[in-house]
Amino acid sequence: MLSIIRERLRQGHRTAKFPKVEPTLPQRFRGLPRLHENLTPEVIGAAVASCPFTALSNNAGELRIDLGRCLFCADCPAIAHGALSFSNDYRLASNLREGLLLDDEAYRLADKLGERMLKLFGRSLKLRQVSAGGCNACEADINVLGTLVFDLGRFGIQFVASPRHADGMLVTGPVTENMKSALLETYAAIPEPKLVIASGACSIAGGPFCSSPEVNQGVGELLPVDLYIPGCPPHPYTVLDGLLRLLGKR
Amino acid sequence: MNRATLVRFRHGFSVPLVEIPQLSYAQFRESLLEEVAADARVSAYFGRPVSQEKGAEIEIFAILAHDWRGELALLRTRVSGSFPSLTPECPQLHLFERELAEQFGLRPEGHPWLKPVRFHRPWVEVADIWGRPQSEHPIPGDMEFYRVAGEEVHEVAVGPVHAGVIEPGHFRFQCHGEEVMHLEISLGYQYRGIEQMLIGGPHPADIYQLEAAAGDTSIGHATAYSQLLESLSYSAPPPRAQTIRAIALELERLANHVGDIGALAGDVGFLPTASFCGRLRGDYLNLTAELCGSRFGRGLVRPGGVGFDLNGELLQTFKERLKGLERDTRGAIDLCFDSPSVLARFEGTGPVSTDDAEALGLVGVAARACGLVRDSRLHHPLGSWAGGFDTPIIELDGDVFARANVRHREVYASLELIKQLLKRLPGGEISAPLGPLAPDSLAVSLCEGWRGEVVHTAITDAEGRIDRYKIVDPSFHNWSGLAMSLRGQQISDFPLCNKSFNLSYCGFDL
Repeated sequence: MLSIIRERLRQGHRTAKFPKVEPTLPQRFRGLPRLHENLTPEVIGAAVASCPFTALSNNAGELRIDLGRCLFCADCPAIAHGALSFSNDYRLASNLREGLLLDDEAYRLADKLGERMLKLFGRSLKLRQVSAGGCNACEADINVLGTLVFDLGRFGIQFVASPRHADGMLVTGPVTENMKSALLETYAAIPEPKLVIASGACSIAGGPFCSSPEVNQGVGELLPVDLYIPGCPPHPYTVLDGLLRLLGKR
Repeated sequence: MNRATLVRFRHGFSVPLVEIPQLSYAQFRESLLEEVAADARVSAYFGRPVSQEKGAEIEIFAILAHDWRGELALLRTRVSGSFPSLTPECPQLHLFERELAEQFGLRPEGHPWLKPVRFHRPWVEVADIWGRPQSEHPIPGDMEFYRVAGEEVHEVAVGPVHAGVIEPGHFRFQCHGEEVMHLEISLGYQYRGIEQMLIGGPHPADIYQLEAAAGDTSIGHATAYSQLLESLSYSAPPPRAQTIRAIALELERLANHVGDIGALAGDVGFLPTASFCGRLRGDYLNLTAELCGSRFGRGLVRPGGVGFDLNGELLQTFKERLKGLERDTRGAIDLCFDSPSVLARFEGTGPVSTDDAEALGLVGVAARACGLVRDSRLHHPLGSWAGGFDTPIIELDGDVFARANVRHREVYASLELIKQLLKRLPGGEISAPLGPLAPDSLAVSLCEGWRGEVVHTAITDAEGRIDRYKIVDPSFHNWSGLAMSLRGQQISDFPLCNKSFNLSYCGFDL
């Protein structure tokens, strides 16, 4: 018992002061992309053709990036073409699928829920997590939110063991053919009104597996989505920031 | 009978297909059983259609590992329609043969447990051997489960969606009261068809798909893939890159082992270690992120080398942070292993005998906890492991304690290894260009991921493109070990047993 208390004192207090204090992320962390200005049509064309996951497109002569498709690759070929760079900004969540399309205008982060939903869920949000073809990285970094560093419970958010106890569903993975019916049944079992959160590139647009005939192109193909959290996998702070924005706490 | 017809080679080399003799199935069968009797184990076993034509024969390749000789033996044969199953004599083939049946519509006659593995349509135009309609996607979990009947016997079904933030899988327990008589595990819910997507490559998307084959083993799978392409193109990454890969692999092991020990402590209600380790696991992931920007090591390992250097200030940061982390890790973990109430729950729970472990072909932590010395860093070293690793961690009892203690000791061993690797980090480049892949060749790559050996095998076609890519995640072997460990145990100990294996669903499903 004494050794437990001694170790407890030695390990110290480790809960981060987020959201009051912004987290310090590694220098090499890849967050919100910054599209470079005054790109020539040749550079745009080369950049668009180079992305293996078609995250880049040419929007009337301007480069556009779809954060739902972007895997934030370290060796992004578009960087080699000088078309973009990644910033250290971890805040990425959006309410709308179209909101994930980034061009020269400022990126619009997720808004809080409507008044009625906020009244219902603002102080207590219980989520059911369904992994539908995820690689367990998204799942692992959601589990991390339960550790003492993030202490998700202090924001009134909790992952629950039954859809009957849940106010919404957080989906990871592209939704494999083999998980489709289990996902839809889980959704059906959640009482109304309910939320759907798509976390990670797979659940938004299929991620690295978007070309496989065994997967759907994310949960948005099957269900209405209230929050999209980009990343492969999203950083825990990206997820937390998205959830707090949805609840109007940021 | 036919010893001379075996091709023996070492990890890191590729073999031209013409050098691998085509055996008759009878010869293949006899040679394989002889090899296994002479201490070889099946590392990989897979088929590929001989041609694109409908009804083409299927070629079967067996990759057998002779651990203590550091050798791999290759066997090759052709079959069509059906063939006599080897599973009754060599149980470690049971899933590999079921895979062949599901992928190519072959029937291993006499297989005692012939059920689908991942619930997908056959890969070639052929009738499904379970008679499932071609027009619809197979229904996952739709198979005959083993059932026990009798008074007071009941069945418990769990999944695919589980109670926590966990991947999907279906578990079927046959129970008598609290006692589990049999557990059957049915997976396939995460099936994304990765092996099929790799055909015709290397494509630009491949490495990202492999990094996400099992997201908690990104470094392991990316290293196996890179080594494979390097073997096929007769190139080697610079020594500095190899050492950075090795450091990243140990960091991946540390993060997962520390997390697992925390989770095991949590499952027996010992909360101090559970909460400390939850934080520490994140700190190891953050260290990987300092190196490459991603907590899971995405973007670090690339064919030909690594994408990021560990230099100057960062090297200093690494050394300092590791010092603090080591102190906290030891404090957190020792607390739990010094606690009699924890040990009482760990010891004797979920045992797997050494014989069973050997028969099932377990690998990695699960095998080493049963007294089997299986560690590809020792037996099949490549890169900076050659001569640099001589301390596999072995426990004998095969129970939850043994699996926890293998992790416990491996955490300290990995910390020590990283220190040494940082000390002797060679200078020079971190990446070298890769040549074209050798045509009509086969190469095998092994990497001791944190769960166990990750085995990738590739066969190229006449143009040097990937014709067949086979991935064997350690979980593929080890799920059977979990099923075995539950026999005669209380069903309430399932979470503890499951956590002590902590296997990958997506690594199995691919």
